[in-house]
Amino acid sequence: MSLPVSTPLPPRRTGAASVADPPRTRAGRPPRSRAAGAAAGVLLWGYAAVALTPLLVMVSSSLRTEADLADRPLGLPLHPVFENYARAWSDGNFSTYFTNSVLVTCGSVLLGTGVSVLAAYALARYRFFGHGVMSAYFLAGLMLPIRLGIVPVFYLLNSLGLIDSRIGLICVYAASGVPFSVFVLTAFFRQLPAELEEAARMDGAGELRIFAQIMVPLVRPALMTVALFQFIPLWNDFFFPLVLIGNSDKYTLPVGLTHFVAEFETAHAQLNAGLVITTIPLVVLFLLATKQIVAGLTAGMSR
Amino acid sequence: MVQARQRRLTAGSRGAFVGRPGKPGRSRRPGHPARPGRLGTPRRRLLLALLLPGLTLYTLFIVYPLVSALQYSLFRWSGTRQSGFAGLANFGDLFTRYPLSEQVWRALEHNVLFFVGTMLVQNTAGLTFAVLLHRSRRGKRFLQTVFTLPHMVSPIVVGYLWSAMLNPQFGVVNATFRAVGLDALAQPWRGDPNLALPVAICVNAWQWIGFPMLLFGAALAGIPEEYHEAARCDGASAWHTFRRVTLPLLTPAIGIVSVLTFVGNFNVLDLIYSLEGSQGNPAGATDVLGLLFYRTAYQNPDANAIGQSSALAVCMFVLIFGTALAASRVFRRMEDRLK
Repeated sequence: MSLPVSTPLPPRRTGAASVADPPRTRAGRPPRSRAAGAAAGVLLWGYAAVALTPLLVMVSSSLRTEADLADRPLGLPLHPVFENYARAWSDGNFSTYFTNSVLVTCGSVLLGTGVSVLAAYALARYRFFGHGVMSAYFLAGLMLPIRLGIVPVFYLLNSLGLIDSRIGLICVYAASGVPFSVFVLTAFFRQLPAELEEAARMDGAGELRIFAQIMVPLVRPALMTVALFQFIPLWNDFFFPLVLIGNSDKYTLPVGLTHFVAEFETAHAQLNAGLVITTIPLVVLFLLATKQIVAGLTAGMSR
Repeated sequence: MVQARQRRLTAGSRGAFVGRPGKPGRSRRPGHPARPGRLGTPRRRLLLALLLPGLTLYTLFIVYPLVSALQYSLFRWSGTRQSGFAGLANFGDLFTRYPLSEQVWRALEHNVLFFVGTMLVQNTAGLTFAVLLHRSRRGKRFLQTVFTLPHMVSPIVVGYLWSAMLNPQFGVVNATFRAVGLDALAQPWRGDPNLALPVAICVNAWQWIGFPMLLFGAALAGIPEEYHEAARCDGASAWHTFRRVTLPLLTPAIGIVSVLTFVGNFNVLDLIYSLEGSQGNPAGATDVLGLLFYRTAYQNPDANAIGQSSALAVCMFVLIFGTALAASRVFRRMEDRLK
């Protein structure tokens, strides 16, 4: 697993797991436990169907016509039509929402990760007055219900002229990712051996150079995890743009969806196309980076 | 065991590193003990440059608004302007002024039910799947991925997707029941006040089940197999081994999952919004604190909307943060007793 410090557990696949399944469990098992094994299989694969079916229904509905959907709820897209996507993309404004989501999410992740790397480096590699307080201050953010500050956030952005603005949203989003990122990155920076830094200093490298050219490249896997972990909830977030963005040209996908539903109440097939458009990027991301995402999810173990 | 080792490792590398004299401040004499540098020394400037961006962003957009909410709650508001100190009057409004006084308790009740239901349905199933997957080898990776896939989907998408599937006439769920002759099971899932909340709990569980499953899976992988071996040698049944050996050792993981479920459930809003609308239909049967807070702030005809919603925010903050903190402490103590 790529999170050795913040996941205080051995890698699942190599360590205990392989010890746990010696051949003994295969051949010499009594009939009762073989039946139990079969029942477990049925349960697991049965639930896999439950987990997948709704997503397949979503894709299938997006490829059928409105009339077909109303006539045969259980029908399949035997003659798939892509018209729903075309219309949702242009008439339904999903092109705008998609662009906004990409801009806002990527901007937030870059800004949030950027400032977190700097702060985490300071917290991990230097000791200074107020170090403990500062660490605790960042750490406290892990459990703060930040949505409850929405009214003051609104007035704060208003006074900065950032209401109805993607920049304003990016600032709030980037800030919301700071506690988790600082937490994970600090753990990683702490792990790096001191000798590296000493050697670099002997060779005459300055503090900034050590940071940028030696330390940061070494925590690249952690950076990936942290970035992914900001990306997912921010891409999916609905509450902040609902309140902070009033202009539909600047809606992100989740708010755009509610807007679409309110406007085209009966366009079920198109709505499904919109749902797929919203979901696809994260599903692709998840399938590409399953390992990092799983590692990040289980990083909560050490909190 | 592993935990202790890693803690020692990190502590060791840190100790060997940080206290070393004459490190970052080049102006400092070698051998001089580490001390806070004066303002303007290169070390101080470097530290400021590193810490300040993150600190500013986090303080300005997260901490300051939460502190301001407390201040807002102590003032009476007319529209967007403060019109005098109100003391605790806004808090009084929450519990005495109709309809808020009724809605607050109803929403709180729904949140509690939502939490209890999620613990029973989602986390129990998550633990079961984790245990079964821990033993099985074939398809483990694949199953984990599939179970976790809905976790990636936005709660808004999940809400709209399921409201289409649960549609009484055209929905896939009822159509399936009718197709197999179980017409009695074809219910108005989202429209029946008695069914709406349990349905919302199940939909939420469908989305989040991968999370407890992965956490419990990681925790199970950390339990040495010898413990189970020993129990089996002593003649303990599989259930006994699980109940007396595995479950107690999972206490830390159960604690984390419970706290995170609590925080998540008391913040729930998106899913209910897309499944049942901003009013928590039908007839408020799925109204929760998150939705009520949103409506009190942004759909409230009262001129004192900001005062009232801020008071509600403060109450929710105390409830969520306080409970999470207290629960973490209790679980930590249970964990210590384990060692």
